[in-house]
Amino acid sequence: MTEITKHEPTTVYIKPTKGLAALNLRDLWIYRELIFFMVWRDVKVKYKQTLLGMAWAVIQPLMTMLVFTFLFDRVAKLPTEGIPYPVFSFTALLPWGLFVVALNQGSRSLVAHNNMVTKIYFPRLILPMSSVFAGLVDFVIAFVILVILMFYYQVTPAWNLLWTLPLFLLLAIITALGVALWLSAINVQYRDVNQALPFLTQFWLFATPVAYSATVISEKWQVLYFLNPMAGVVNGFRWALLGIGNGPDITLWVSTGISILIFISGLFYFRSMEKTFADTI
Amino acid sequence: MATAISVKNIGKQYKIGAAESKFRYNMLRDVIVDTVSAPIRLAKAMVGRSDRRQNQNYVWALKDVSFDLEEGKVLGIVGRNGAGKSTLLKILSRVTEPTIGMVSVRGRVGSLLEVGTGFHPELTGRENIYMNGAILGMRRAEIDSKFDEIVDFSEVTQYIDTPVKRYSSGMYLRLAFAVAAHLEPEILVVDEVLAVGDAEFQRKCLGKMGDVAQQGRTVLFVSHNMSAILRLTQEAIVLNKGQLVIRAPTQEAVDFYLSSGQAQAGERAWEADEIPASSAPFRPISLRVKDRSGKVVDTVRSTESVHVEFEYQLDAPITGLRVGFYLSTMRGEYVLTSFDTDEPQMFDQFDSRKTGRYISRCVIPADIFNEGRYGLGVNASSFGVRRYFMDENALAFNVDISGAPGTQWPEPRVGPVRPRLAWKIEKLD
Repeated sequence: MTEITKHEPTTVYIKPTKGLAALNLRDLWIYRELIFFMVWRDVKVKYKQTLLGMAWAVIQPLMTMLVFTFLFDRVAKLPTEGIPYPVFSFTALLPWGLFVVALNQGSRSLVAHNNMVTKIYFPRLILPMSSVFAGLVDFVIAFVILVILMFYYQVTPAWNLLWTLPLFLLLAIITALGVALWLSAINVQYRDVNQALPFLTQFWLFATPVAYSATVISEKWQVLYFLNPMAGVVNGFRWALLGIGNGPDITLWVSTGISILIFISGLFYFRSMEKTFADTI
Repeated sequence: MATAISVKNIGKQYKIGAAESKFRYNMLRDVIVDTVSAPIRLAKAMVGRSDRRQNQNYVWALKDVSFDLEEGKVLGIVGRNGAGKSTLLKILSRVTEPTIGMVSVRGRVGSLLEVGTGFHPELTGRENIYMNGAILGMRRAEIDSKFDEIVDFSEVTQYIDTPVKRYSSGMYLRLAFAVAAHLEPEILVVDEVLAVGDAEFQRKCLGKMGDVAQQGRTVLFVSHNMSAILRLTQEAIVLNKGQLVIRAPTQEAVDFYLSSGQAQAGERAWEADEIPASSAPFRPISLRVKDRSGKVVDTVRSTESVHVEFEYQLDAPITGLRVGFYLSTMRGEYVLTSFDTDEPQMFDQFDSRKTGRYISRCVIPADIFNEGRYGLGVNASSFGVRRYFMDENALAFNVDISGAPGTQWPEPRVGPVRPRLAWKIEKLD
């Protein structure tokens, strides 16, 4: 029975890290099951003792979509490039929802699990990572709703572009994780992050073409506008699913570049702060 | 034999006040101010007037500690609060990094101080076992294979599919400990498990520790309980103010620790604001536990007499006063009650006490206590008239039983007393 543990013990060297910390992906691999369990736990606990349970994963984006439809379609009559507004906005709400979960849960993940951080060793990256992955479950549920909506409004998906959707999903995850890495690490020392989050989420929503089309932004501001990585993600989703927009052009590359920059720098910032987490949290 | 742990000149520096103020809840505002003033500091540094280090107070929680530990050895770590014991364990379990130095650890480090870490109240016992196991670094297959054992050990079999928020605190603790105890690390770190749970549970913890040690695993054991250290370890190190003072066979290390005055002072003093107004004119000042040589100690030896002193002030004369103490175990059972005027001739002599400062002393003879921690409470009253002052948990002290009757058998003895009785054995045929 104990054979499983009878492996040759590996030697670990514990010493102060100098300069840029190595990413130590090996440890992350060893602890891969913990990521699974954390995601599983987050999902399991999230809707416990709620009357509506998993239905909340549907209700939240659906209600937002209804409010948007009333405000921006019925009242403001924003252009949607020929797509019924509910489908138009719901397509954007999918990656946006994922991003918001990552932003909020991910940024608080280290502080929320401070008893784990101060008591045991495990790669700290697991905490923001699993928060982001847990958001994927809601994403999948909401995706089913989108399919139903598209049927209802008789919107034909852009079959020839659909294969790019996983790529845009990956981009959404990278962006969300990148921001979560930065904010969670900062939050350990500066709880200002907690205060700024609601405001940041709101501001970011307005800066992203979720409720409106990116075409309303004038030509000369386009590149600047797409410095917001979520703008690229949302536009990409619409392009891949609905076939609207220009497809990959300079604006998408700008967004993607920023996403990757945030992600890589986030990884290194997180790793370099990691050694002080247990002392400062 | 291979070396399991090799610690080389490690040190850990903290900023003073790390626990509160600046370092912890650093406001972004401070950083902005700091950043703005940075050029000035830089300029100062360049002309050689750097005030950076001097300005901030650093303290070495651990300094220049080195030791090697062979595989399969059990090492005790002794030292008063703040001596660096926990910091050392945190470094060894990779929770925090040393500031300088290096440690090499061969094998997985598990620790019993993480009991229940990651438990979620909404999850069932079964789910929490898996979750906690994963947090402690167990593989799923490993948890599967030990699942039944864990459940048996925890004695919560019939509630295993109930959310743990419905558990009693005892059940919760047992389940949490069961998971930690079934982790099979090459190196086990135990930090004061005896501080939690009831006596039964503590016995179970100690028993499990003994098992682990016998299986040939490397164990580091931190405790304030000298008798537990003596029973479970062959060798111990003493830490004082972050430095390793001595490494020796346990008996020697414990002797050194107890005699060097590092052991925490067994004294309780009352501040003015701690004394209820209703106790006037009686005013408690301090309660002390002293060893045979008159030194205030936190840990006494059961083989030596213990001196208890209670100092107090009378702001007005009191008639019929008796001042005394209760002795109780940590489980809350009373062991005895004694008053300074229990003897009739003492009562006659001190029928009335005048205004002034007094001290009531007594000697508890040797060979009374069993091992463990005892509580001292105080009481000052005039029987049938009035109780002036009472504090049932004024002070606690440890009893070290090395050399007590029966210690040649390394087993715990039940009961709060361990007197040296005069046995006779007669052969009858």
